[in-house]
Amino acid sequence: MPQPSPNTMDMNATAVSGTDSATATLPPPESPWRLTARRFGRRLPGVIAAAFLMLLVLLALAAPLIAPQDPYDLAQVTIVENERAPGALSDDGRTTFLLGTDGAGRDMASAILYGLRISLGIGVASALVALAVGTVVGLTAAYFGGKVDAVLMRIVDVQLSLPTILVALVLLAVLGQGVDKTLLALVLVQWATFARNVRGSAMVERNKEYIEAAMGQGLPAHRLMLRHMLPNCMAPLVVTTTNQMANAITLEATMSFLGIGLPQTEPSLGLLISNGFDYVLSHQYWISVFPGLALVLLVVSISVVGDQLRVVLNPKLDT
Amino acid sequence: MLDMLARRALQSVLVVFVMSILAFVGINLVGDPIYLLVPPDATQVEIARASKALGLDLPVHQQYGRFLLNALHGDLGNSFIFNRPAVSLILERMPATLELAVAALILSAAIGIPFGMWAGLHPGSMGQKLAAGFSILGVSVPVFWMGMILIMVFSVGLGWLPSGGRGPTASLLGVQVSFLSWSGIKFLLLPALTLALHNIALIMRITEASTRDVAHQEYVRFARAKGVGPMRLMFRHIAPNVMIPVVTVLGLEFAHLIAFSLITETIFAWPGMGKLIIDSLLQLDRPVVVAYLMVVLMLYVLINFTVDVLYLVLDPRLRTKAA
Repeated sequence: MPQPSPNTMDMNATAVSGTDSATATLPPPESPWRLTARRFGRRLPGVIAAAFLMLLVLLALAAPLIAPQDPYDLAQVTIVENERAPGALSDDGRTTFLLGTDGAGRDMASAILYGLRISLGIGVASALVALAVGTVVGLTAAYFGGKVDAVLMRIVDVQLSLPTILVALVLLAVLGQGVDKTLLALVLVQWATFARNVRGSAMVERNKEYIEAAMGQGLPAHRLMLRHMLPNCMAPLVVTTTNQMANAITLEATMSFLGIGLPQTEPSLGLLISNGFDYVLSHQYWISVFPGLALVLLVVSISVVGDQLRVVLNPKLDT
Repeated sequence: MLDMLARRALQSVLVVFVMSILAFVGINLVGDPIYLLVPPDATQVEIARASKALGLDLPVHQQYGRFLLNALHGDLGNSFIFNRPAVSLILERMPATLELAVAALILSAAIGIPFGMWAGLHPGSMGQKLAAGFSILGVSVPVFWMGMILIMVFSVGLGWLPSGGRGPTASLLGVQVSFLSWSGIKFLLLPALTLALHNIALIMRITEASTRDVAHQEYVRFARAKGVGPMRLMFRHIAPNVMIPVVTVLGLEFAHLIAFSLITETIFAWPGMGKLIIDSLLQLDRPVVVAYLMVVLMLYVLINFTVDVLYLVLDPRLRTKAA
């Protein structure tokens, strides 16, 4: 059987050879991305979750355009209108507070849209940076093997043996609060997962003939790693990235809820929930519950998409 | 096998050592702690004298050496706020945290294992789909929000259970525990459930996957063909093999529960060491933060190590392979 070209994803090769052995006579195979999209499209929970996720991303991106008020513009918020129940009218009768207002008179719907932006931004950014760091470490370990591999993987082991929340706690205790510091803490707790993952798939690829052939051509190490090994490690990496985004968003929300994550000037969903926590005991549920629902919807839809991708990208699981 | 255990033990010591450097450097060297200790109107001479008395004028590696030496004697410094040894503050609050973690562990095993086994034996059924949905929710819903919802429903809404605090405790072998009286259990119930939620989902998932693997094996079909009844099949033939991964995860998760209980403790004002650490962090009480990190890390490493040993005991295959 001919080796797949280095740029074809491995899952494509397995899927094709598994279902149809007469590939040679067929038109050129679908691109792996299209194949994945088509198979994903057949799975209802995945489609629903993806639709929700897209909606949330759009809402977050368009927050300044669609939010009824800028909740952090003091000219638009009056304390007089605080703790209004959902559906209440503003004093000038022009706006309805769909989801109520918080203790400072902010429109909760607007605050949630802005919070979604911050939560999503931090989660995605930290997962992507961790992905980059972890990929470089994982590929380096797999490519060079031997001592390099042993040292790098020991560090990964140590990192992974520590509970994420403790690592984040130490870092934030040391560095103090702030967006950059929270981002750094999130990257630090995530990179090792990516590194182990990439190293695992890259080790398998490393021993295949096409890598040997590419090495025989005298290609430089970085080209071999990035152009030849990496594309074949993509399938599991996509799943890990999705799951890590969900984890990062949850962890950031947790840290912010505990008062050691983002500062009050960057109100993510976690911070909104935290600010509303005291009101729960006095029956003003909306200040905390609606941001929480937004957070849950966001995290659950990312998780479901990740879970479905895992099945779609691994033909052995797709029954 | 001994080789592997020795390597694990060495790695554990390394983890604690690295973490102690991190905690020490981070918490003692960022900003000068002397200004937190002396009164604001202290003169330079007084500050210098206090620095000398506390050893804060020594080079960094000597300071760390002293820290390590003291730490090995169980002394991690005095709390700035309480003016008492940080370690004893932590140890006083440890029983509350351990009780919460144990209660959560029992809940996750008692709920997760039966439902997981049932789902594993009935793939494709409605119940299995529900279990799968629940486990996705349980893993992704943030713990603190779940705790808040439970408070809202059961304390504020229905008024059945208290919204926070630990309630009355009774003494058991010199340790204060909640679970001996109904009024104590009432305080324990919501926090334990909140802490367990994530774990219930995880245990359910692992039990289901493991059951599905085991139930399809030859020996199970053979036993069924031989006429072994469903109950005996389940408990004598399937359960023991299902339990190997489950017990490992339960053990590892116990360590997780202790670390993550700080979220639950904060929400429910549960007077454990997790709540202490968050309060200390916010009040910049550095010795308590360091002490907490070291104590929890030790516990964590110790539990992980015990699970490794247990794993070898439970799975004879590993023993022969490694030996």
